[in-house]
Amino acid sequence: MRYLAVLKGNAVSEAGYVPTEEDMAGMGAFIDQAMQAGWLLATEGLLPSARATRVALSAGQRTVTDGPFTESKELIASYALMQVDSREEAIEHTWSFLDMLGEGEVELWPVFEVEAPHAG
Amino acid sequence: MTPPDIHRTIDAVWKIESPRLIGGLARIVRDVGLAEDLAQDALVAALEQWPESGIPDNPGAWLMGTAKHRAIDLIRRNVRLGQKHATLAREMELQQEDTTPAVEPDEVRDDLLRLIFTACHPVLPTEARVALTLRLLGGLTTEEIARAFLVPVPTMYQRITRAKRTLSAANVPFEVPSGPDLAPRLSSVLEVIYLIFNEGYAATAGDDWVRPELCADALRLGRVLAGLAPDEPEVHGLVALMEIQASRARARVGPSGEPILLLDQDRSRWDHLLIRRGLASLERAEQLGGALGPYALQAAIAACHARARTADATDWEGIAALYDALAQLMPSPIVELNRAVALSMAFGPAAGLELVDTLLVEPALARYHLLPSVRGDFLFKLGRLDEARAEFLRAASMTQNAREQKLLLDRAACAGSASSSE
Repeated sequence: MRYLAVLKGNAVSEAGYVPTEEDMAGMGAFIDQAMQAGWLLATEGLLPSARATRVALSAGQRTVTDGPFTESKELIASYALMQVDSREEAIEHTWSFLDMLGEGEVELWPVFEVEAPHAG
Repeated sequence: MTPPDIHRTIDAVWKIESPRLIGGLARIVRDVGLAEDLAQDALVAALEQWPESGIPDNPGAWLMGTAKHRAIDLIRRNVRLGQKHATLAREMELQQEDTTPAVEPDEVRDDLLRLIFTACHPVLPTEARVALTLRLLGGLTTEEIARAFLVPVPTMYQRITRAKRTLSAANVPFEVPSGPDLAPRLSSVLEVIYLIFNEGYAATAGDDWVRPELCADALRLGRVLAGLAPDEPEVHGLVALMEIQASRARARVGPSGEPILLLDQDRSRWDHLLIRRGLASLERAEQLGGALGPYALQAAIAACHARARTADATDWEGIAALYDALAQLMPSPIVELNRAVALSMAFGPAAGLELVDTLLVEPALARYHLLPSVRGDFLFKLGRLDEARAEFLRAASMTQNAREQKLLLDRAACAGSASSSE
């Protein structure tokens, strides 16, 4: 099964935090290791919500709203797509990611998948 | 809010940690079977203690510490293991006192490589290599492996126990082969991983057409191996082949479970993330230089299909050339049959028929229904309808698969009616 892991944004990521070289190296090593272990399929870091755009269609009405978004629960700092056997495995990988970061909050969203039908 | 299930958490920790754990222990005790037993003991201890104490912050280190204690106890109690092991026990006790078990990443890498080469050692029969690889590197339980291969659990248990005993009796060293040994040993590893993948992708037994968990396990093993041996082009070739094949998993089965052939698949249902990953792996194999090996060539063929937005846009000339290269590297009547199909798509049915006719004498294909099926298709396209009908009927009589049989009989009837209306 696949999970989309979403790292919640906070004041630091919103301030346009640029990681230090040391942070980058730690993150790079973690991603390399996770890719090589086979469970991390894709991951990217995101810019602060000041650079984000919200596009909505409601009752025929189109609206485009520029960031920043003020609700802290709306903020996203990065995402990762993982291939795992269970929710618990996704949680274990998330712990190792958060241990590396020091602190943070991640949401794990299971990806909708069509079950392979039976043959015959 | 449900807390994580403790047993599934332990399963997950085991799957993540056990290859490193067994690899590290095997380096110390020089016996993969013993290392695996010790790791299992540590797992049993975890299952007893963690539900009470909670998961430790560093579960890998906990498991390793516990396994080493077991090793020391075992060696103490077991005099017949002799002097060598007694020394070992003392060394391990010394290591145990060192509270910072900082294992270098390179060392872990080497342990895992040694482990995979040992599990795929040619002294073992192929089915034992497959089972041991899933067990030691995939972190699967004996029950899971038995279920995946539709074998009774005691049979699988015996297969694994016997394999460990064979490795021990043959004194198979825990090492990465080098020199002239490396190429054949690596090809055994690749073969085992691809066998696991194929058992998941085109299940040879059981009701399910695909078993996605086995595909996922094989892909994971392949990616791990690519990280461990990044300079081996065929490793990337195999990973590319598996990623691209897996990308079609959703599209190759119809709503009522019928198989859908590659050219008839809805390409929007392909997994484009896996395709991108596969193409990147293929590029890595190509960049490493040299002529492409069999896996990279098969991946390159799969990539030709993956790159085509529609079936009509397929680069059949490119595919025919790749099959030509594959046939020279790995001569096989099946490869020739595929080459004939590619030739017919690239240059017309006469070109395909010419090659297929040379295969009629192949004993390996004498009972292979796809030969008359493919030949029938070429004849049909050439307007030789009576001959086409006979080939479709012959193919239908050779397949056991009811769906395929119906398809072939329909084609025979179609050729028959077209012929009589002429």
